[in-house]
Amino acid sequence: MGLDFGFMMEYLPWYVDAARLTVKIAFWGILIALATGVVCSMVLYYKIPVLCQAVSVYIEISRNTPLLVQLFFLYFGLPKLGIIWSAEICAIAGLGFLGGSYMAESLRSGLGSVEKTQIEAAAGLGMNPCLIMREVIFPQALAVSIPGVCANVIFLIKETSVVSGIALADLMYVTKDLIGLYYETNEALVMLVLFYLILLLPVSIAAGIMERRLKYAGFGD
Amino acid sequence: MQDSGISVLFLGDNFLRLLEGLWVTLRISLISVLLSVPLGGLFGMFMTLKNPISRAVSRIYLETIRIMPQLVLLFIAYFGVTRAFGWNPSAQSSAVVVFTLWGTAEMGDLVRGALGSIPKHQYDSAAALGMDKRQTFGYVIVPQTVQRLLPLTINLTTRMIKTTSLVVLIGMTEVLKVGKQIIDANRFTFPTAALWIYGVIFLLYFLACWPISMLAKSLEKRWR
Repeated sequence: MGLDFGFMMEYLPWYVDAARLTVKIAFWGILIALATGVVCSMVLYYKIPVLCQAVSVYIEISRNTPLLVQLFFLYFGLPKLGIIWSAEICAIAGLGFLGGSYMAESLRSGLGSVEKTQIEAAAGLGMNPCLIMREVIFPQALAVSIPGVCANVIFLIKETSVVSGIALADLMYVTKDLIGLYYETNEALVMLVLFYLILLLPVSIAAGIMERRLKYAGFGD
Repeated sequence: MQDSGISVLFLGDNFLRLLEGLWVTLRISLISVLLSVPLGGLFGMFMTLKNPISRAVSRIYLETIRIMPQLVLLFIAYFGVTRAFGWNPSAQSSAVVVFTLWGTAEMGDLVRGALGSIPKHQYDSAAALGMDKRQTFGYVIVPQTVQRLLPLTINLTTRMIKTTSLVVLIGMTEVLKVGKQIIDANRFTFPTAALWIYGVIFLLYFLACWPISMLAKSLEKRWR
């Protein structure tokens, strides 16, 4: 199948803009997801009453519903309650809401893997609980959680593809537009795949490298 | 005003239509899971072969499927195939093909992981008992692998259900589309319908996935 390279070059700027939007949504969404995940995993780790149950409910809800449905609710449903957000804010909030629970689960498994002796030893040195978390538990937990967190980051970047459902001009949206307007399906799809590869391959490779290096970051063994 | 929106659900057969819409995606995920599990099992075993060519082939397949968002794969199968080969697959068959390809890759990786997690001494002990290769596999390895796989497979089912919600974006009439039709039809009589309809769809998906997740979790706990 011969590709019309002229066409592809002509519409390259569309894809660059769309990729920028995808990166922007992914960046802020992942940041919110990480922050939510850290807070939720702490709440679960210390078993703070009431909050702990609330976080469990949040995790179950967020993990058991598709992002697209969450976005539809945020974008089309909430305005009826007077909460009107732009599509971009909805996409970022939705991604953060979805990713928060995934991050929380990954981080929690890391926190759970830190041995009790570590905490006791730190307490024996006279460190207060806050310091123990910051200097002893969290760094070790992070080393265990990183592969999971990286997998979540890639998953969330991929999930941004559904924001076209709420009329955001991301890569999927531009592709559909070009297919609809000019029927240059092959070219549009090739560009789509290329752009996702450009976005995802470096992250995936970086995650792989990080994972391999962290294998040496063992503590006490 | 706020409480008037919910009554739109019970107007006519609106609620039934929503459930029918949900069934469209559930059916696709069910078919895809049923196809992915045996195919993924074979693919997983294929991945454990030591042959460098088979390893390269399976690696490329897995990474290609994994790196692309499922929606991109759907677009390729639905719009691309039509254009490139002149076939006209229905949205449903494109979706089943894509989700089966994806499910096979994911399932294969799970199978590979589960097979790899069986300690070597299990093979050695079986050999010491005089079992041949087939017996070892059938009586020792497979039962243990299946036990490890079952919770993971159930989790794959919930992922499948969540991912199949994407089919609305290639134009299938499923629960989100039906919801939109109901909202549009009642725009003037029930202006707040959107909140309730999308809220109910949210809840329906949760009710479809949550029990399955719980089952997987309890199995995982019991067998650990």
